[in-house]
Amino acid sequence: MLGIIMAVIGRDLKLAMRRQADIVSALFFFIIVVSLFPLGIGPEPGLLRKLAPGVLWVAALLATMLSLPRLFGDDHRDGTLEQLALAPHPLGLVVTGKVIAHWLVSGLPLALIAPVLGVQFDLSADALVVLTAAILIGTPALSGIGAIGAALTLGLRGGGVLLSLLVLPLYIPVLIFGAGAVDATVTGLGGEGHLSLLAALTLASVGFAPWASAAALKIALE
Amino acid sequence: MLEADNLECVRGERRLFAGLTFRLEAGELLHLQGRNGSGKTSLLRMLIGLLPPESGEIRWQGEAIRTLADDFRGELCYLGHLNAIKEELTPLENLLAAARLAGEELSEDDALDALEQVGLAGREDLACKYLSQGQKRRVALARLVREKRPLWILDEPFVALDAAAVDWLAGLISAHLQRGGLAVMTTHQPVNIPAGTVRELRLG
Repeated sequence: MLGIIMAVIGRDLKLAMRRQADIVSALFFFIIVVSLFPLGIGPEPGLLRKLAPGVLWVAALLATMLSLPRLFGDDHRDGTLEQLALAPHPLGLVVTGKVIAHWLVSGLPLALIAPVLGVQFDLSADALVVLTAAILIGTPALSGIGAIGAALTLGLRGGGVLLSLLVLPLYIPVLIFGAGAVDATVTGLGGEGHLSLLAALTLASVGFAPWASAAALKIALE
Repeated sequence: MLEADNLECVRGERRLFAGLTFRLEAGELLHLQGRNGSGKTSLLRMLIGLLPPESGEIRWQGEAIRTLADDFRGELCYLGHLNAIKEELTPLENLLAAARLAGEELSEDDALDALEQVGLAGREDLACKYLSQGQKRRVALARLVREKRPLWILDEPFVALDAAAVDWLAGLISAHLQRGGLAVMTTHQPVNIPAGTVRELRLG
């Protein structure tokens, strides 16, 4: 069981390394969107501190969205997805591997760069730590939920827009608890409660979403 | 033994075929024929379990493939009209990745040997995007060289191959039938399979 998940992760990471432009463009999108806000709003530390969690999280959601259409799209186009569906193990395990690989190339880089971007918003050291932790814990949920949307819109024309309409509303809980954790730290309430809820969301979506995606993929392959 | 019982196929609003029944024993090849759009590929997709038939049942060794699920897929090798190879990976990486994802053991030496047999010696380490159509097809076919699973489902396997490769593939299918394997394939080319029993089925 673990073997197949590792095999999928290994293959997807190797493909991602051969196509680094994809990873780099989503990361630069995140950096640029976040950096535009301090430039547009001007040097008012109080206001920037207040806006920071929301801005960083919304940018993280949008950056994750960018790479979702390719999650199954490439495999569908070249016939690999059929072969994966025909392998003698549940398709849900294959999708679990793909979700983990997607997080490693799209979510993890965002979490690593977030503290640097947070400095532009005059966040305190505590808030930066919580911000990084929140993005680290919350982004797997984005990959998981996104996989359902990517599977449902597979092979549709104009699927990209439809994908955003389907998936962005489902990202709202992650956004609320993710940004809330940083807010709570800034106001001195402590962000642990928010982080726990975020972890619960991630566990639920990474455990459940691959099986829902697998069901949608089987319909797409008919 | 593969059995199809009273299969019906509806795509969109059109009924492509109905009441299709056949039985294939070990060592037999079923050659599907029919004009374009007569439902050959749809039938193959039913046989591998990706497309549920409108009515009727498909049985493998006497049991419905729907209930066998993973066990049936472990006995099956499918080659579609898409090559299922990754353009960014080399032929060797493609072959090893495909085997791992199918849950099979394939050593690097065996993979290199298979690539040599399909005539890709010296191109093992070249990304597949630099290969020609025929060479990409050969990468996909290299999977069959070490394939020990008993049921082969091949959708237009001879497309884009040159005459020598067509003969080689016909020999490979013969060897599979002689080992007691089963195969179902579609092709528009007249192909001579030297061994095994070839049965023909015309759709439409």
